[in-house]
Amino acid sequence: MLLIYCPYCEIERAETEFHCGGEAHIARPSDPEKATDDDWVEFLYMRSNTKGIAAERWRHIHGCGRFFNAVRDTVSDKFLTFYKAGDPRPDLEALAREAGK
Amino acid sequence: MSDLLAGDLITPDAGAAPLLGLASVSILKAAPLTRLSLRARAPSLKTAGLAFGSSLPTRPLTSTTADRRAALWMGPDEWTLLAPVEDLRAVFDGIEGKLAGEPHALVDVSDRSEAIIVSGEKASWLLNTGIFVDFSLESFPVGTVTRTLFHKTPVMVWRIGPDTFVVEAWGSFMDYVSGLLVQCAQELQAA
Amino acid sequence: MSQPFRTEKGGRIDRTAELTFTFDGEEMHGYAGDTLASALLANGVHLVGRSFKYHRPRGILTAGSEEPNALVGVYRNGDQTPNIRATQVELYQGLQVISQNRFPSLGFDIGAVNDLLSPLFPAGFYYKTFMWPKAFWDRVYEPIIRSAAGLGKPPKNPDHDTYGNLYAHCDVLIAGSGPSGLAAALAAAETGASVILCDEQAEFGGSLLSENSATIDGKDPAVWVSETVARLEAMDNVTLLRRTTAFGYFAYNFVALAERVTEHLPDPDPRLPRERLWQVRAKEVVIAAGAIERPMVFPENDRPGILLADAGRTYLNRYGVKVGHRVLVATACDTAWQAAFDLADHGVDVVAIADLRESPPESLVAIAAARGIRVETGCVVTGTLGRNRIRAALLGRLMTSGKVASGGQVDCDALLMSGGWTPTVSLFSQSRGKVVWDSEAGAFVPGTSVQKERSTGAANGLYGLQATLADGYAAGEGAARAATGKSATISHSRATGGEAGNGGILGALPHDRNAARVKAFVDFQNDVTAKDVKLAVREGMQSIEHIKRYTTTGMATDQGRLSNMNALQIASGALEKPLTDVGLTTFRQPFTPTTFGLFAGVSRGDFFDPVRKTPSHDWVVDHGGLFEDVGQWKRAWYFPKDGEDMHAAVERECRIVRKSVGLFDASTLGKIEVVGPDAAEFLERMYTNPWKKLAPGRCRYGLLLNDAGYITDDGVIGRLADDRFHVTTTTGGAPSVFATMEDYLQTEWPDLDVWITSTTDQYAVAAIQGPKAREVIAPFIEGIDLSAEALPHMSVREATFCGIPCRLFRISFTGELGFEINVPRRHGKMMWDTLAGEIEKHDGTAYGTEAMHVLRAEKGYIIVGQDTDGTVTPQDAGMSWAIGKKKFDFVGKRGLERPDLKAENRKQLVGLLTRDPKVKLEEGAQVTRLEQPPIGTPAEGHVTSSYFSPALERTIALAVVKNGHALVGQTLYVPMPEGSIPVEVTGTVFYDKEGARLNV
Repeated sequence: MLLIYCPYCEIERAETEFHCGGEAHIARPSDPEKATDDDWVEFLYMRSNTKGIAAERWRHIHGCGRFFNAVRDTVSDKFLTFYKAGDPRPDLEALAREAGK
Repeated sequence: MSDLLAGDLITPDAGAAPLLGLASVSILKAAPLTRLSLRARAPSLKTAGLAFGSSLPTRPLTSTTADRRAALWMGPDEWTLLAPVEDLRAVFDGIEGKLAGEPHALVDVSDRSEAIIVSGEKASWLLNTGIFVDFSLESFPVGTVTRTLFHKTPVMVWRIGPDTFVVEAWGSFMDYVSGLLVQCAQELQAA
Repeated sequence: MSQPFRTEKGGRIDRTAELTFTFDGEEMHGYAGDTLASALLANGVHLVGRSFKYHRPRGILTAGSEEPNALVGVYRNGDQTPNIRATQVELYQGLQVISQNRFPSLGFDIGAVNDLLSPLFPAGFYYKTFMWPKAFWDRVYEPIIRSAAGLGKPPKNPDHDTYGNLYAHCDVLIAGSGPSGLAAALAAAETGASVILCDEQAEFGGSLLSENSATIDGKDPAVWVSETVARLEAMDNVTLLRRTTAFGYFAYNFVALAERVTEHLPDPDPRLPRERLWQVRAKEVVIAAGAIERPMVFPENDRPGILLADAGRTYLNRYGVKVGHRVLVATACDTAWQAAFDLADHGVDVVAIADLRESPPESLVAIAAARGIRVETGCVVTGTLGRNRIRAALLGRLMTSGKVASGGQVDCDALLMSGGWTPTVSLFSQSRGKVVWDSEAGAFVPGTSVQKERSTGAANGLYGLQATLADGYAAGEGAARAATGKSATISHSRATGGEAGNGGILGALPHDRNAARVKAFVDFQNDVTAKDVKLAVREGMQSIEHIKRYTTTGMATDQGRLSNMNALQIASGALEKPLTDVGLTTFRQPFTPTTFGLFAGVSRGDFFDPVRKTPSHDWVVDHGGLFEDVGQWKRAWYFPKDGEDMHAAVERECRIVRKSVGLFDASTLGKIEVVGPDAAEFLERMYTNPWKKLAPGRCRYGLLLNDAGYITDDGVIGRLADDRFHVTTTTGGAPSVFATMEDYLQTEWPDLDVWITSTTDQYAVAAIQGPKAREVIAPFIEGIDLSAEALPHMSVREATFCGIPCRLFRISFTGELGFEINVPRRHGKMMWDTLAGEIEKHDGTAYGTEAMHVLRAEKGYIIVGQDTDGTVTPQDAGMSWAIGKKKFDFVGKRGLERPDLKAENRKQLVGLLTRDPKVKLEEGAQVTRLEQPPIGTPAEGHVTSSYFSPALERTIALAVVKNGHALVGQTLYVPMPEGSIPVEVTGTVFYDKEGARLNV
């Protein structure tokens, strides 16, 4: 069972308090009418499914209820950092280097 | 319960028999309360606290109490406000009046949850039969409040004394929560 | 009482407390402190079971949890638990045990014919033998294999025991309490760190409990153990868990422990759980799991009476039991010599020490000589004789050519063997660490830590008492410092004696026997021989993972702790690759077999899952209502009266609702309060419908899509004020709708000033439906005008019900005049009882979910998840009217524009009427164009809802059918086994198409 740090509660809690929301930083097109069919399919379904360092959405569903983002190594299951929703995506390559990947 | 946080607010339901009464831990149903869910942004917090009668805690997982009032941090823009059951209208209208024009949401959730008071030297042991939170006093000092899971059900736990916890669950989940706690405490009676 | 193999004195048993137990019905005696294994051995019983595949007689091999052979059934409370290791059963008065896998008796077993037929059962024989004919699999092969294979018999009754659960946190968790584990615990605890020390045995101390040739601080090691444990026991920051196995090491230092609470007690308090699952989150973990001895792989090495040397020593020193009167010790390492010396000192005739090595240490040879023990060097065991117990062993002399010459036969009634030691790296391996080969230790040892753990002592490939003690202190101090930053100086105890030994051997030993005819076992429990491993390689298995699965070596309950290293060496030889290139298989959880009960814990019976009840629950029970499970909710299903069946009860309830009035508990519907200046804007974006112009006091049906354009939920939404909406969702959809709303709110539109709050459990909801609904509620409602003019269909008001503030909706899910009253939950019972009394006066009825389904289907109201399946658009459902065409955006709007959602041939929701009005279609049945479609014809759609409609006096159905909207009036077919049913395609509204009954 993973241990996840909630950047709002500022505490680590067990994975069961959280819900994973898949890949982070996929924005819904702000003017959907201008999006092409391909754009929309990309938004709806296409995910990178990274093997390695990936940014993910998590929600502290059984805690403060907030969505936040986490960078996780999907191979080792280790989290590298956590940040609030709306904060920019961290430099994943730099994080990977720090983690010795 | 005067030495406990909010001892003037959290009281056993006089009409209900104890759910569990062991020397080492007891479970009592708590009397009804006014519970309000307040959602607001930083600029409104001071006004809201003044209108409510207790300041709103801004440190995660903490609570503040005042005369017959308690404010519990639930999230960065979310508080649960507790007051005596008869104060519902006054508190609700009081806050709404003062926050008019400021973005916020105030919702009456008095009946959404039921509370039990789990108390005694084995209280944290008993909670740990179903809750994975570390209840050591260093990690979870008196006044700490959190939502978490009890087995398969969401609960709120608020420590109002070193050996006393308020456990809230949505009304329809309370039979599960209190029933399991009582069952798990049975072994404490074994020789 | 006679215990012929008991020593005269010594051991940790209590000779004043004699206990009686039975084994296969035969009464025997032992002492408090015995395990079942030691007590059996004291009684001279070695034969305790039959092997898995060949039904060979098997005896006790080890003294620990790795025991592969001595699996027994233990009776308790009238039922039998199979496959318990005799080495882990603590003896108690009245213990009843049976042997397994034998028929008709342990001594004479018919299945043993398998041993004679063994050339027919090589590795992989299942894969080869039962291939053909295919039809034989079900009827012939599978039943035969099933009855012959397996170990033990499952218990017959439901598990009457309870199981506890406890979550725990600590700074340092230490698994194992031998010298290094105890030293680590002490060192960590003295820093003030919170420590959990667990050990799978009944007593702490591990190998120290059977060590009598060394001292610690000048004391007997067992005395040092009890003093150390007493010190730990006195500390508040230490939790000591005996009989507790650390069986699983998971991510982020989450370690699962199984504590056996009552199994060792003859008559435990029934309030105690049988076992307790400890779910521990440790800041640091110290693995002090020790090492286990390796069997030697020589022909007939599985005969009862053959034990590991250290087990023999443990039985002697700890339990006061001699494994035999004439013992042969066969070894390839130094440590087994001590077993021989200890036995000799207890008067046992050690017939010889046969050491594989040409020149074992002179010091050991000298001690043996002083005791008059015959020593054979360069000597291997090449076979054993005896029926159900060893009576002699064949010795062979290793020649410089590598061949073996016969070395004669020695008579013995027990044989102790040692191939050296294997560190127990299971927990380390579970923590995802990779083992590395340590050529000095001749073993795989833990490599780089992946998690916050460290292995210490023998588990780390370190031997010798002083070395393991010192390593334990260092591990404990290091772990505490890493966890808490704190350290403390404590005096370290020092050990004298118990030096590390040298030597060891891997793989099959050479012999002079006919290789085709003898069996030298590698994995005892799974009956895997050295030949099988070689055969697997010959048959093309290259990877150790494939060899493991093909032969099943290492797949027994010990997970290969005993067998892996020998199997690896044999495979390495056969593959002609270095051992380190062959690789070790991964150890997985659990470390030892773990009961299902432990995992299930409290989630059984009434507490399997939360049961959510509504305030009308007791009333429903009292009035004979039956319940339907809807998610976790119990909802009233129907109320049979006077012996009615379901059909009759539902029909009556439907008729009464349409004729007078019905009362329905709608408390389970999801409720969400949407509040804030942007509340209308938010709903505008979430739902397909327009909301900004909805006046306070009015309601609207809302349809919720996902961004792909498919219907996901629906419900009525009432506007209470400009900035406050009361949203309802389906019962099952409540959590997901709330989560979806939060997702959009927090991550897509954080700029909106609006918040959502779940109020599902805040309100109890009673629906009053039927022509007399207004009359029923009128006496109790105050504060508002209930007339049709003042309160038209689709309105909401705040009022009071019997003086309690309520939210009153005028809405309908039946097509009749209807109200839904929301009161705070604590008043729900009062409301229900009041209304239930009132409807009696109007010849009304309470009705359940089944009648509700019929009534709504008559009106063509869909149920999301029944009439839709996640691929249905509003257009498909005939609900284009619910879409706000002028809206800039809403969730799903763009999705609906995708070409495939506008394409021809989409399945559309229609009504179906069977030609015969009595025939009711099956929900889920396929709909076809042809009456007799050829096999392979794709269906045009399927039936989603089907009922008998009392209002129409006939059956009705809803279905999704390709291009269904264009097929209205046409005939389609529903092919069933009894014949094809012709149906006419209709619209979805069957009753009161104009809605006249709603607007009264």
